[in-house]
Amino acid sequence: MQVPKFWREIPRYYRLEAGKCDQCGKITFPSRLVCPECGSREHSKVHLSGRGTLKTFTIIRIPPDGFGDQAPYAIGIVQMDEGVGVMAQITDCDVDALSIGDTMITKFRRVREEGKTGIIMYAYKFVPDVGV
Amino acid sequence: MKDVAIIGIGMLKWGELWEKSIRDLCVEAALNCIEDAGVDHIDSMAIGSMSSGLFTGQEHLASMIPDYLGQRYLPAVRVESACASGGLAVRNAFLEVASGMSEIALAVGVEKMTDVNGGMATYALATAADQDFEAFHGVTFPGLYAMLARAHMQHYGTTREQLAQVAVKNHANGTRNPNAQFPFAVTREQVINSVLVADPLTLLDCSPITDGAAAVLLAPVEVAHRLGRHPLTVITGIGHATDSIALVDRPDMLHLGAVAHAAQRALAMAGKTIQDVDFAEVHDCFTIAEIMVMEAMGVVPPGQGGPATLDGMTALDGSFPINPSGGLKSKGHPVGATGVAQLCEAVMQLRGTAGERQINNARTALTQNMGGSGGSSVVHIVEVQ
Amino acid sequence: MVGIVGYGTQIPRYRIRVEEIAKVWGADAPSYKRGLGLNEKSVPAPDEDTATLSVNAARNALLRAGILPQELGAVYVGSESHPYAVKPTGTIVSEALGACPHVHTADLEFACKAGTEGLFITLHEVKSGVFPYALAVGADTSQGAPGDALEYSAAAGAAAFIVGTDRLIAELLHTDVFMTDTPDFWRREYTHYPEHGGRFTGAPAYFKHVSGAALGIMDKAGMKPQDFTYCIFHQPNGKFPVQAAKQLGFQEAQWLPGLLSPTLGNTYSGSSPMGLAATLDVAKPGDTILLVSYGSGAGSDAFIFRATERLTEVRGMAPLVRTQLDEHRVFIEYGTYAKFRRKILKAE
Repeated sequence: MQVPKFWREIPRYYRLEAGKCDQCGKITFPSRLVCPECGSREHSKVHLSGRGTLKTFTIIRIPPDGFGDQAPYAIGIVQMDEGVGVMAQITDCDVDALSIGDTMITKFRRVREEGKTGIIMYAYKFVPDVGV
Repeated sequence: MKDVAIIGIGMLKWGELWEKSIRDLCVEAALNCIEDAGVDHIDSMAIGSMSSGLFTGQEHLASMIPDYLGQRYLPAVRVESACASGGLAVRNAFLEVASGMSEIALAVGVEKMTDVNGGMATYALATAADQDFEAFHGVTFPGLYAMLARAHMQHYGTTREQLAQVAVKNHANGTRNPNAQFPFAVTREQVINSVLVADPLTLLDCSPITDGAAAVLLAPVEVAHRLGRHPLTVITGIGHATDSIALVDRPDMLHLGAVAHAAQRALAMAGKTIQDVDFAEVHDCFTIAEIMVMEAMGVVPPGQGGPATLDGMTALDGSFPINPSGGLKSKGHPVGATGVAQLCEAVMQLRGTAGERQINNARTALTQNMGGSGGSSVVHIVEVQ
Repeated sequence: MVGIVGYGTQIPRYRIRVEEIAKVWGADAPSYKRGLGLNEKSVPAPDEDTATLSVNAARNALLRAGILPQELGAVYVGSESHPYAVKPTGTIVSEALGACPHVHTADLEFACKAGTEGLFITLHEVKSGVFPYALAVGADTSQGAPGDALEYSAAAGAAAFIVGTDRLIAELLHTDVFMTDTPDFWRREYTHYPEHGGRFTGAPAYFKHVSGAALGIMDKAGMKPQDFTYCIFHQPNGKFPVQAAKQLGFQEAQWLPGLLSPTLGNTYSGSSPMGLAATLDVAKPGDTILLVSYGSGAGSDAFIFRATERLTEVRGMAPLVRTQLDEHRVFIEYGTYAKFRRKILKAE
């Protein structure tokens, strides 16, 4: 039963809720109790814009359990405009046309399902920014 | 702190061992080890296993394994640090002996991976990644290392051929290792043209799914002398370090910080530099991993791992041989066993009993074991004394 | 004064041509294209559903509205393809937008009319002063049974509207409704695909209700077809809305900007709302727009809007319908379509 585990992360998965250190301004996703930069425990809630630059990516051709019907799918690391890195699938793309440095935006998509009768887990995915 | 020697090693032939259970694997490796050492008792045991629960359903190895080894009531622990669990088990046994808590400590590493199908094995391995922010999205371990490979190729100009050469070299070494799972040679073309697993990595860039176990016995140097161990193989340095579990949280994802720190700590403890090392067994879970490990440990400057490999620097007859055993690539990668098996290979080389893959005049060995995408690493320095 | 404050749409990237479907079933593509006025339809990606399309459309609506998500007092999602049989889509949409927890949320269902139902409710709710702003979404990822005539038209898309009393881009002038119990199309609980009454879906169903609502609202407003700059009628195919418009006395220039079905297909709850969005994409301040939806079962909601100055200021803040429809499409073959729509499943 993955419901509580998924539900807990809804602010991150649905709205890219991140943390910003009140001391040094470091942005962390997900937010942390202790700033990895300066050790401060004071932080505020911020939301990532969803825009960023593709740092690296791959195409998963042999997927783990639960992703069998999705493969092949692209997954990448995007350096968000706020400076923090985020990993997610890249959807609505021609996987052979992706390249490092591409501008990405985030869309709200289905990421996985808990079987055919369980919950549907939604979250952010990247799509190349083509103006739509 | 006492000086600690490796007084016994236990290996077995790895592969898809359909007829052997996780307890069979552990007991066989441990018995081989105890026989090799010629001891009549052990005082404690550390078992390294990444995910016996997901792979076999069996947790609580610390109870089961001593009992099946005929050592009921033995103090035993099971340690876990993903694919570095084996290296960590050795470190645990080292601490037992060095501190005087145990005189003779056994470290066993094990993984029984073929009781589940491929999708489940891929899932189990991915539990070493950040579950909520990496694995949630469907990333796999080949996928994480593929992202590193692509970034490395883009940033340093590492080529497909250079990556393939890691596999070619390790498989060539593996043909000389009777315990290897895949003791066959491969060509660069075969590696590059094998089926894509996670672009740009192909099947032959990846270490396999393996059943296996390995064991080492540690004791104070004076006990090793008393037992008449010769040549004496001593663990002179241990380095252990961790890094962020998620790739995105590393300031430079192409720098394996845990590996760098673990290697520096181990070398400092041994009073050595990387140039003093005669050969290394490193964690080539994927071809790119070996290249990045070489760079992190300072064997070559950043970005030079690929060219150095292609130039033969790390071949059996090169200036810095890496993975004479065949590495994870050819020997196999039963994840929890790998870190222990690396020490078995180091001892065989230092004893001069490595047969066809023997490196001449090897006196200082380094083993480097790594968890996840570099979130943890354990490095040992072993010397002949 | 009440009206639309912001609008946004989301159309999937994938398309399938009528010929591709006809080929599989041995059907005569040219006669389908002529008879239904359809060339191609949108297909949702496997990771898209009514909730995702709704969220992405609503985010675009928020961009144009220029309000905070917490200012939304209500979120209504109209669809006949809610991802869950039991569990609201509206909570997913509200949460993703950041509108929770002080937001009234409901899922609506009335075949292809569920989208304008939300619009109808929010307009009157906001007008009555219950909430300052409210969101209405019409979205669907509908399916036609393999080989059925509906398979050529059942498409996916979402259109979202934020309603308010200030910052208007289109002022509401009138609403009207026309409804009877007419079973022309239905889907029973626990079944995958809808069934329909064939030609019965025409005169006694679509045309009776659409013209009933159109005539009713024009009578109420004291307006004639030539008084409107634009008109939008529900688009189950490319033929019905044109036929209805002609019968009522409208001209091609009035319906053309909002007529999307020839290349979009029928997005069900998103259909006439998407036509309204496409019309707002081109309308000038002062233009009057007639919107008439239709939902099988059966009923029509009718609305008259007048565009304001602010429309032209916010139009460029989110993607236009035509940009999504015409510029970023990827055609797929039937096998991929069958996989995407889970008509065939991979063994796990």
